[in-house]
Amino acid sequence: MSLTDADRPNSYIGRSVPRPNARRLLQGRGRFVDDLVLPRMLHAAFLRSQHAHARILSIDTTSARALPGVVAIYDGDDMAAHVTPWQGVLTHLSGMRSPPQPVMARGVTHWQGEPVVMVVAESRAVAEDALALIEVDYQPLDAVCDMEAALAPKAALIHPDLGSNLCWERRIDEGDVDGAFAAPGAIVVERQFTFGRHTGVTLEPRACIGDYDPAEDRLTMHYSGQAPHMMQSVIARHLGLPEARVRIVAQDVGGSYGIKIHTYGDEIATLAAARLLRRPVKFVADRLESFQSDIHARDHRITARAAIDSTGRLLAVDVDDTTGIGPYSVYPRSSGIEGNQVINLIGAPYRLENYRARLRVVFQNKVPMCQYRAVGHPIAMAVMEGLMDDLAEASGRDPADLRQMNLRADDSYPANSPQGLRFADLSHEQCLPKLLTNMDYRRLRAEQAALRDQGIHRGIGLVTMVEVTNPSPMFYGVGGAPIAAQDGASARLDASGAVHVSNSVTEQGQGTETVLAQIAAQVMGVDIADVHVTTGDTATTPYGGGTWASRGAGIGGEAMLQAAKALREQVLQVAAAILQTESDALDIRDGHVVDTASGQGRISLRDLAQMVYYRGNELPEGLKPELIATRHFKVSDYPFVFTNGAMAAHVEVDTETGLVRLLDFWVVEDVGTILNEKLVDEQIRGGVVQGIGGALFEECIYSDDGQLQNATMADYLVPMAAEMPDIHIDHVCTPTRTSELGAKGAGEAGTAGAPGAVMNAINDALRPFGTRLSQMPMTPERILKALGHV
Amino acid sequence: MSDTLSITLTVNGERISTQVPPRLPLIDLLRETLGLTGTHLGCAQGVCGACTVRVDGETARSCLMLAAQADGCQIDTVEGLTDSGALAALQDAFHRHNAVQCGYCTPGILLAAAELLDQAENPPTRDEIRDHISGNYCRCTGYQSVVDAIAEVAGSRAARPKPETAP
Ligand code: FES
Ligand code: FES
Repeated sequence: MSLTDADRPNSYIGRSVPRPNARRLLQGRGRFVDDLVLPRMLHAAFLRSQHAHARILSIDTTSARALPGVVAIYDGDDMAAHVTPWQGVLTHLSGMRSPPQPVMARGVTHWQGEPVVMVVAESRAVAEDALALIEVDYQPLDAVCDMEAALAPKAALIHPDLGSNLCWERRIDEGDVDGAFAAPGAIVVERQFTFGRHTGVTLEPRACIGDYDPAEDRLTMHYSGQAPHMMQSVIARHLGLPEARVRIVAQDVGGSYGIKIHTYGDEIATLAAARLLRRPVKFVADRLESFQSDIHARDHRITARAAIDSTGRLLAVDVDDTTGIGPYSVYPRSSGIEGNQVINLIGAPYRLENYRARLRVVFQNKVPMCQYRAVGHPIAMAVMEGLMDDLAEASGRDPADLRQMNLRADDSYPANSPQGLRFADLSHEQCLPKLLTNMDYRRLRAEQAALRDQGIHRGIGLVTMVEVTNPSPMFYGVGGAPIAAQDGASARLDASGAVHVSNSVTEQGQGTETVLAQIAAQVMGVDIADVHVTTGDTATTPYGGGTWASRGAGIGGEAMLQAAKALREQVLQVAAAILQTESDALDIRDGHVVDTASGQGRISLRDLAQMVYYRGNELPEGLKPELIATRHFKVSDYPFVFTNGAMAAHVEVDTETGLVRLLDFWVVEDVGTILNEKLVDEQIRGGVVQGIGGALFEECIYSDDGQLQNATMADYLVPMAAEMPDIHIDHVCTPTRTSELGAKGAGEAGTAGAPGAVMNAINDALRPFGTRLSQMPMTPERILKALGHV
Repeated sequence: MSDTLSITLTVNGERISTQVPPRLPLIDLLRETLGLTGTHLGCAQGVCGACTVRVDGETARSCLMLAAQADGCQIDTVEGLTDSGALAALQDAFHRHNAVQCGYCTPGILLAAAELLDQAENPPTRDEIRDHISGNYCRCTGYQSVVDAIAEVAGSRAARPKPETAP
């Protein structure tokens, strides 16, 4: 059976099947956490620190407690008796430090927005009224906000016990970097980049319900997030419950993008309160709380140099990245992965031998920073691709030509990077030319030159890139985190002949359940309407990692393929025994077991299932009445399955107003086997738009004393429909050798590549003015500043 | 507590008389009192459009309006407009174009799109569609598939003779 045989009946893999579960969402029948109302449910609200750094001198909750409808009030000390602190360090990021983090602030607050007091009441409105009656006396402490100042010798210390504000430092030095830069004829460029903080702004804020049953000592968390089994382990560890008595249920999740995969004190406190009060407790963050407590992303200051020789060959890259992570490394993934990916991925598309990098991960009194969609990639790509444009300019070469001559060859794999990454099955040499053709690069260049003469400033920005997908246990598990790198799938036939599958990967709208159904339907030879999918529940799905790092289709999908194949084998063996033939002479088509050769129907899956389940006496002696199979899959031999792609932005900059108009955007991406092109393309488009958000609009703006200045949706800008271009997507397909399915990830590529493409395009437009931008977001004000207009 | 107001309104065709606290937002009445959870809260500040409903035929932000202000009004939510079939063509096009990912923005966008199609004399251009839905944030889709879906419905409506305007 070929996976890509589109002529077979029930052939779904590779087809753009609409998502069966989207109909509910379209009819307003979603099941988001806040939609759920449990009997006797209470509501939590949190008083949060208004200071970035302060000592808590006293907390007076007397009047709040007297308010009718208030059921309980807890501060950090109260909660500490019920929840153990956590520590966001990974042992394989050696030398990383972060102090134990309490569930709510104790003694000292470390960021504006850190939970200080929790009120549980009969309604959220009453809980909020009670918050207004609580008096907290703070003694403000020096707020350490700027990450470079944080490393200065006399800087105030956020965690005095650590002796400095440095969380982690890593260095790489491969080849002869100094020799390469000093080579005769070398052309060297250097640039400083600044990448601001932004955040996910999931349209559905973080939300959870804790529901504790003391009779069975069972805690259920209704969870808006991506990794149920990870949360199960975290909660069991820190609430002191047996893991098997904690159940995590994630139904519909209103956007996540990496935001909802971390441990948040307010959510854990909500679960602890539900256990203490023996009543369900709901917490839903409001938008201000989202801005002040959802993890933030990026925040890098980077100095980077690169050199080419006189023929244009890339000689060396040298990078120094300082990144601010807030006061704690976030648990359990740590806040070191973002910077680690930056220095790991710089230069990845190119043949590069000499590479040096220093990464410093720094504590500061701002919202904790951690993994958000495309973790580190947008920074790595923007830096390297910015340097490539600088090198092209310095050497008088076309930026596309310079890239093309330095790309890793498609026949050079497997290959290792100086950072020690191992690449396979990449197609840079196909993607970039395809991109240039699709966008009609030479024509655009000619048009650009002609329009410049008329005072119209258009720019073209290119990016060639890789994306880390389908991670193996080398990502987190090896560092001691309770995060599975494998995923499991099960498939079973019910008595009506319908197929039920479950999988440990989860759905936040990507189409996870759809591709699982496509795979199962094709393997089982049934209509996709006869496949029923369960995800997101630790009580009913196999154990596994969940959806993150673009692993759902590649890892969960492969597990699904193998489970469905195993169930198919069981069915055919039963059929062969009943029909007294060999199983390899049989096939399943449209829900019927048929003779492979003639296509003639022999027995329906329904009749077969009913014989097995109801009338096992009719089965041949010794035949097991078993129509269920479970398989797990993890990536072996490679730490990650890389994808690659090329992107281009076409922009027009209004040099009077500093406004950027996005004219067009092109992507050519190699995600390996495409299971459902429409879903892949929409993942890429959504990712591109989030990348554009970080490049042009989104920024968490802080005052010098750590106050977040724009914590509303009106003040924090996200991309709107009118500002976004149409995004043209094309593919090259090089299946990964690590699985039978051959699918790589697709969820983060757009976010990884778009910011660099947009930055290069703006700078290309501004080239006649001899100026450029190296700070994101590239706001009109910053553009005018670069032009010397303000 | 006696400081509540009595209001009577029609929600999805059903007449409802109830007591509400004066500061209760309309969205809370819909979601919490009536269990109509298809209307979503995204920002509570009138910015994101997730809470869009129809009030007397016009789209409105149910997070900004108080339930008391809806006294005497006719409110339609995604649930009612689904049952009546008013959104069917859009829902079908959104489904085929995969113009929905997490779905949190979707009911609001459907109502905004329906408003545009109902108002437009001629089929709106892609740019007009993009402008019209710019008060509805979507963090997942990148908008293009949403525009594709709305444009398709607009095109097929234009190809049909106009129905008599309802009384
Ligand atoms: S919730 Fe009403 S506009 Fe955002
Ligand atoms: S589909 Fe998720 S916000 Fe629009």
